[in-house]
Amino acid sequence: MKTFLILGAGTGGTMVANKISHELDPNEWRIIIVDRFETHYYQPGFLFIPFGIYSQQDVIKPKRDFIPHNVEFILSDIEVIEPDKNRVVLMKDKKVINYDYLVISTGTQVHPEETEGMLEDGWHENKFDFYTIEGAVALSRFLKFWKGGRMVVNITEMPIKCPVAPLEFLFLADWFFHERGIRDKVDITFATPLDGAFTKPKASSVLGNILEDKGIHLVSEFNVGSVDNSKPAIVSWDEREVEFDLLVTIPTNKGSEVIERSGMGDELNFIPIDKHTLQSDKWENVWVIGDAGNAPTSKAGSVAHFMLDVLIENILRHMEGLAPQPKFDGHANCYIESGFEKGILIDFNYDVEPLPGKYPLPGFGPFSLLKESAANHWGKMSFRWIYWNILLKGGELPFESQMSMAGKWS
Amino acid sequence: MSTILETIEFNDEGFLIDPKAWNKEIAVEVAKQEGIAELTPEHWQIIEYCRATAEESGAAPTLRQITKGTGISTKQLFALYPKGPAKKVAKISGLGKPEGCV
Repeated sequence: MKTFLILGAGTGGTMVANKISHELDPNEWRIIIVDRFETHYYQPGFLFIPFGIYSQQDVIKPKRDFIPHNVEFILSDIEVIEPDKNRVVLMKDKKVINYDYLVISTGTQVHPEETEGMLEDGWHENKFDFYTIEGAVALSRFLKFWKGGRMVVNITEMPIKCPVAPLEFLFLADWFFHERGIRDKVDITFATPLDGAFTKPKASSVLGNILEDKGIHLVSEFNVGSVDNSKPAIVSWDEREVEFDLLVTIPTNKGSEVIERSGMGDELNFIPIDKHTLQSDKWENVWVIGDAGNAPTSKAGSVAHFMLDVLIENILRHMEGLAPQPKFDGHANCYIESGFEKGILIDFNYDVEPLPGKYPLPGFGPFSLLKESAANHWGKMSFRWIYWNILLKGGELPFESQMSMAGKWS
Repeated sequence: MSTILETIEFNDEGFLIDPKAWNKEIAVEVAKQEGIAELTPEHWQIIEYCRATAEESGAAPTLRQITKGTGISTKQLFALYPKGPAKKVAKISGLGKPEGCV
């Protein structure tokens, strides 16, 4: 028997388990997936929790519900990956799994402790994150009774999971404070290490204009070095200060600690991979899906979805002794909630920045690219159903893995 | 703008299109545009590190790679190259945009 091992049962790992279980002969292969937690979180839903749009119950389901019956699910932390020996040691009972193929999908986690002063004096009291369920829920409790003041949203450093989420948070906050009748009592500031609202120039200018229209102040090229809790204020490495009453931080994002323990990652524990084939740079039977790798694209579920077909095809080719095909183009596709039941959609890859147009049918839509529309908002809201019912199970969606220029204006 | 920069091609975001077209005179002029009047030996140490790293990996190093690779503290790096050091050094060193910015 040969072993196909998947580490991490989040969005990427679960999709791989579903897809590969249809491809491999059960008489020849056993498929194992390992994860330390029983609960699957619909992470795009965290954004809505602080504003009471979703509750915790709306974003959780048992992981086992999405693992196919012919895949063995082991609940354990991973002690170490030893790719030179083709084996993984689990924490639970120090169990050793020898593998023939390894897919790593251990994801990205937030690290507020990387910023001096962040976790002291008032973590989850006046300083919150919304990239964890605990942070999102604590922030929802805080916002429920907040009377207003200075709210600062700060990105610590790039790259981060879903780079549009901080903007969506700002847009939704503006809407939320309007609805509650306290928008005039809230001063909203976005402090970012980038030189504008977003990483790509055309989208940055469109999104920057929306920030301005909504009266949200932008402090650009702000690289936070510490929090001065006596003021309180965030302080940049070059000694600029932004004072706050409520801080919403997007902490440093890093790959999993097991990647660091195994010596497989870069400075931020992301695994170096070939950005077009998704194969490890160092070990030919090790493959990476989603945000565990260092591919320079958005760390988001949509990207993991677009990686899936390329990854599976390349692994199957490798099993037959064929070279992997460099087919992954960095395709990302993001709905951006802009508040007041509207949304914006962006579609881009390694080489082409987000452009205006229609998607997925050229000229028709129904979604508008790089422009606010109600259809985009409803696309985003119906995505939760698609995620649980189609995407995780490796089902087909009417979007191509590779980005298309049809219907776009450059 | 100085004449030397007029002969060189930059992309929309101000990064040199061909890293091979780079030389030290270009670095000095781009640095001036970026608000750094004089490149000290400390500045050059970082530029040289970035050039060497990029030659090996094909990409401009990120802020964390620079601090780890040179031993310079984050604080000092921001003092030498205010605001966005990784991006600023990449521009001055004639490299592309660091891939941390996605």
